Amino acid sequence: MKSKKSSETTKIKNKPEKNWPKIPTDLDPWRPVWAQQKTFDLASGKYLKIWHGPQHPGVTGNMSVELTLEGDVIVEAKTHVGYLHRGFEKLMERRKYIQCFPIVCRICVPEPDFNEYLFATGVEELAGVQVPERGIWIRTLVLEMMRAASLTMGLGGQAGAFGLVPIGQWGVAHRDYILDLFEELTGGRVYHMYIIPGGVRQDLPEGFAEHVEVVMNKLEKLIADIERVMFNNAVFKARAKGLGYIPPEWIEPYGITGTTARAAGVPIDVRKDNPYLIYDQLDFDIILGSESDVYERTRLRKEEILNSIRLIRQILKRMPSGPVRAKLPNVLHWKIPAGETYVRAESGRGEMGYYVVSDGSEFPRRVHVRGASYTHAMAVLERLAVGISIADLAGLMPSLQTCPPEIER
Amino acid sequence: MSLKDILSPFSAWKRTLEKPYTVKKPIEEREGADRYRGFHVNDIEKCIGCGTCEEICQNEAIDMVPVNFIHAGKGDSGLRPQIDYGRCCWCALCVDVCPTGSLGMSNDYIWVTSDPQEWVFKPGVDDKIWKDDDKGYRRSDEAWLLDPKLTPMPVMEPDVRKNTFDEMAYGYEVVMAVEEASRCLECGICIDACPTHMDIPEYIKAIRENRLEDGLKILYDTNPFSESCGRVCTAHCQDVCALGHNGDPIAIRWLKRYITDQTAEKRNEILRIGKSLPQKEGTVGIIGGGPAGLTAAFYLRNYGYHVVVYEQHDKLGGMLRYGIPQYRLPKEVLDREIQTILDTGVEVKYNTTVGKDISLKELKEQYDALFISVGAQIGTQMPIEGIDTPGVLVGLEFLDKIAEGQRPDLGERVIVVGGGNTAMDVCRSSMRLGAKEVFVYYRRTEAEMPANDEEIEEAKEEGVKFEFLTTPTKISKQGDRLKIECIRMQLGEPDATGRRRPIPIEGSEFTVEADTVIMAIGQKVDSSMAEQAEVKATRWGTFAVDPDTLQTNVKGIFAGGDCELGPDDAIHAIADGKKAAYFIDKYISKKGKHHAETK
Repeated sequence: MKSKKSSETTKIKNKPEKNWPKIPTDLDPWRPVWAQQKTFDLASGKYLKIWHGPQHPGVTGNMSVELTLEGDVIVEAKTHVGYLHRGFEKLMERRKYIQCFPIVCRICVPEPDFNEYLFATGVEELAGVQVPERGIWIRTLVLEMMRAASLTMGLGGQAGAFGLVPIGQWGVAHRDYILDLFEELTGGRVYHMYIIPGGVRQDLPEGFAEHVEVVMNKLEKLIADIERVMFNNAVFKARAKGLGYIPPEWIEPYGITGTTARAAGVPIDVRKDNPYLIYDQLDFDIILGSESDVYERTRLRKEEILNSIRLIRQILKRMPSGPVRAKLPNVLHWKIPAGETYVRAESGRGEMGYYVVSDGSEFPRRVHVRGASYTHAMAVLERLAVGISIADLAGLMPSLQTCPPEIER
Repeated sequence: MSLKDILSPFSAWKRTLEKPYTVKKPIEEREGADRYRGFHVNDIEKCIGCGTCEEICQNEAIDMVPVNFIHAGKGDSGLRPQIDYGRCCWCALCVDVCPTGSLGMSNDYIWVTSDPQEWVFKPGVDDKIWKDDDKGYRRSDEAWLLDPKLTPMPVMEPDVRKNTFDEMAYGYEVVMAVEEASRCLECGICIDACPTHMDIPEYIKAIRENRLEDGLKILYDTNPFSESCGRVCTAHCQDVCALGHNGDPIAIRWLKRYITDQTAEKRNEILRIGKSLPQKEGTVGIIGGGPAGLTAAFYLRNYGYHVVVYEQHDKLGGMLRYGIPQYRLPKEVLDREIQTILDTGVEVKYNTTVGKDISLKELKEQYDALFISVGAQIGTQMPIEGIDTPGVLVGLEFLDKIAEGQRPDLGERVIVVGGGNTAMDVCRSSMRLGAKEVFVYYRRTEAEMPANDEEIEEAKEEGVKFEFLTTPTKISKQGDRLKIECIRMQLGEPDATGRRRPIPIEGSEFTVEADTVIMAIGQKVDSSMAEQAEVKATRWGTFAVDPDTLQTNVKGIFAGGDCELGPDDAIHAIADGKKAAYFIDKYISKKGKHHAETK
């Protein structure tokens, strides 16, 4: 019983097999993957247990994967989070609604604005606040800029994980150009605290559209370079193609969203499925892939950046005038009518959602954050890591767009 | 694997020619954006220490602390924010909520210090490398989280109200009151400005939470004339309201009125008036049944003493009844409020003038303590020729008559002389008595007028005309009408009160005609009874008291209200009454500061 199962899973699966098994039995809710205890005879010397993280530079943030290796090959992976737990959801229950506003952005470092937007829109929905038209457009602009910034850094991270270090540096530097724009717009670089319940805090500064255009041109040039250096790179192709294949059948049961799902050819995009803000007025298509491996997911993210650039240009061109913010009641005693709501948005990593419950008091009764990382980086990673080489794990994790702060809230 | 895939990555070298995105600190400096949220700056002159920043800070990074050179006073708590940058998250909600707009943030990126204590500092007080006038995040009007707009009080249209003595303000509806109450920041700056220190934030909170019964109890803790004050108080609280610095102050007065109006029918029940009062040995005589006297009576009765009020009129209320016209304070309101005070078991002797019907000395022997609160009841006359001419009235006497229900015929053209609240009451009452034209002559300009701005505004709406920098010099009879010689004035150097002294302009004399002239230029105190018990008076005729205890030079005789302050408003009289009650209690129970010297 002990070592019976392990010997079956030692084959390296660098390429997707055509006859991948249909929905495996371990997706049975009564027998979840995490509850399946596998035991490996470590004393035999055949297996080695190591911790990948939480200090590993290839790990996206502070999480660790407990690996059991047979030679170079991973036979079991368990994800461990909790290194970054700050209890934001609980903190919010002891803070007035306006006091939650500066907290939520900290839930996810690379994409804070999605948290700001979702919290604000959840509260607005419960309180019945109508955001002015221009405020909605600026919100969309901010979210698209955020997506571009996050994915640019993500591309760099993905490249860095395979040793293409210059691209990592280009990605971070170009994110910084976008952060400069954020600084100009919001007053903050990483955490913007800009999308406030009621609208956005301030109107666009003078000449902002031109500054955005300069950065977008730089970004386009960068993508063209990355195209040559990364996507037409024999090494990258050799390592990324076929790695971390996610069959389309997994998408729904695992709750996979975002580019990770679209790379498998499943057209899921909250911007199209449940248009929020002004996405129904913008001209864009769902970007679909088919191969569903690390290479494909990375390629899709590159396409998403270009799509965001197109959206940003559209938004700036068609931005209406008017106020950007609705007047709120006195926020010091702001009571939100009792009720609950789930709001969602398409973040760079996938669907992000906020479940906000109000009991009619000045404090939220419960705020629950649904992030894409939770499924991608924990459940899916544990499946995908089995059978790959330990050297490829660092490349697999960023391709699932892991963000531990968002997992732990 | 194609050859292209092997060669293409080498194009990365091209990027080595690009200008790197780095700043060579310290050779090069990069300025933060205009809106950058760096360390805080605070204009401490503008800051009033209201502590709203402390209230909104979700990290509790802000503490309000005393600062050496800033002293607490009316409208300034004397505290200033101190910020702990180990906690601050640079969200700038404190800046967005600041009612005065004093708080901001600099756009400095980098600040290095080896001393960890320096990370806790008071912006604007402690010296830092960044300056207040630097760029950085400042609150825009759009970003302001507070509501600067007052919820307007529904009032009678000027055209309607100028023909009737009915009350002009209708009072807030529930929705309006809650909306107005929700504007409050609960900073409590107002409490100190109120002479009787009413717990304003607490009763506003009670309105917000629809706990009006609690609200009423809070009102009566400090002010048994809350209902009248809710209508006619001069509202020193509103003058210092934190929201008033960049918008309309909270309508504290109207909110107070809202509580008392809504609970009027059950007032005695809610307050448990007259029930389970403590019983104490001791009797107190109160001379004058105005706001000061009745307030003292109310609290002394609640301390448990036997209280007797001596009133020279046949009704209580003093200036609230005889000085304030019906359209601002209806008599029914005053009556029911006084009834509450009487229901505590206060005894009243009407139509008794102390000094004439009974001497102060006799009273002193009858009671353990006395409180003199006779007010300032004598209208001042102008020392000009023809002041005795028929048709020339004194403002206070005129208001007195109206309060008693008389409706004298003033003719078509009325001139009111003076610029205080009494002058406003007189001119507006004159409009209501059917005068076609009412003029107010004031010897200074509108800016110097002691009357409340609101009253001046309402008088103008009702059609009262103002002649500033004008004073009458002689009045004479000409047929049926009065002939008034006037002179124009100009403003000279400031006098002792800080107001600029009016100086006549030679050769600017002119003459006008009128049917009635009403002098409303001030009031005096009648302190003639003082000598009966050897009580000292000041040279202005007011009673001289120890400002801490309100006790006169005679042990056991206290004085307060207008007769001690000089002509002032109701709320100061109420404050004096409350204070006197406290010290009379101390005095009688022989625990007070004069214990050793008294009997």
